Amino acid sequence: MNTDLVLEIVAGLCLVLGALMSLAAAIGLLRFPDLLSRMHAATKPQVFGLLLLLIGLALQLRSWAAVPVLIIAWLFQLLTVPVSAHMVGRAGYRTKHLHRETLSVDDLDAVVQKAAAEEAERRKADAAEEAALAADPELAAELAAEGDAGKKPAGKPKGVLRTKEPKETAAKASAKRRRES
Amino acid sequence: MNSPFMEVVLVIVTVVLAFSAAVAISRIVKGPSILDRVIAIDVLLAIVCAGLIADMAVRKHQANLTLVIIISLVGFIGSVTVARFVIDRRTHEH
Repeated sequence: MNTDLVLEIVAGLCLVLGALMSLAAAIGLLRFPDLLSRMHAATKPQVFGLLLLLIGLALQLRSWAAVPVLIIAWLFQLLTVPVSAHMVGRAGYRTKHLHRETLSVDDLDAVVQKAAAEEAERRKADAAEEAALAADPELAAELAAEGDAGKKPAGKPKGVLRTKEPKETAAKASAKRRRES
Repeated sequence: MNSPFMEVVLVIVTVVLAFSAAVAISRIVKGPSILDRVIAIDVLLAIVCAGLIADMAVRKHQANLTLVIIISLVGFIGSVTVARFVIDRRTHEH
């Protein structure tokens, strides 16, 4: 008889602890200042609380048939909750949801700056190429002919064929570009 | 049918889950951005799963075990979809 009682007490304890974990998750969600810290509060207790609850359920049911299903249920949560929190965090980071002051170190900053620098470089290269094309019309004409012949011009097709401004003289085109930049 | 100890456990779990659900809903209402709301909804779904599991445990039946799995999957799909399509609608300086 007392093994039943012990099992029941342990199961009851697991259930209460699991519920307290959900409470911790909810309260952490409310009090944490920032989206990224709220993610911690939301995901960790949720998975651990579910583990405790499932253990309590397994102890209560006391049948080995149910254990695989419980393990599957927990594994699903264990796999999916971190992934969804990661997606939410990345979306939050991308749409500037985080407050810089709460961050001690921003690992992603270096990567983002490098990507931005590369992007700026590429755009400058495009602009230089266009300026060169505007400078000597025959190159543009030749490239245009090349384009008509169906062969893809080397490099970026987008910026290369400047057939839109044949009338403007080269000087005016570069002047316009200097004013724009 | 089941022992008084389990009834007490059920009452405690119910009260705790109800309070945490209220707190999660308050975060949903207050959440400044949609991403906070998505996380709060995930927690709310976890609380619903917790309630189902507690009910199954105390009354010793396995009726809605698959429902718990399905709820966790739907929660995951939902939050990933929202995270995928969220855009920053604030006006940008550059």
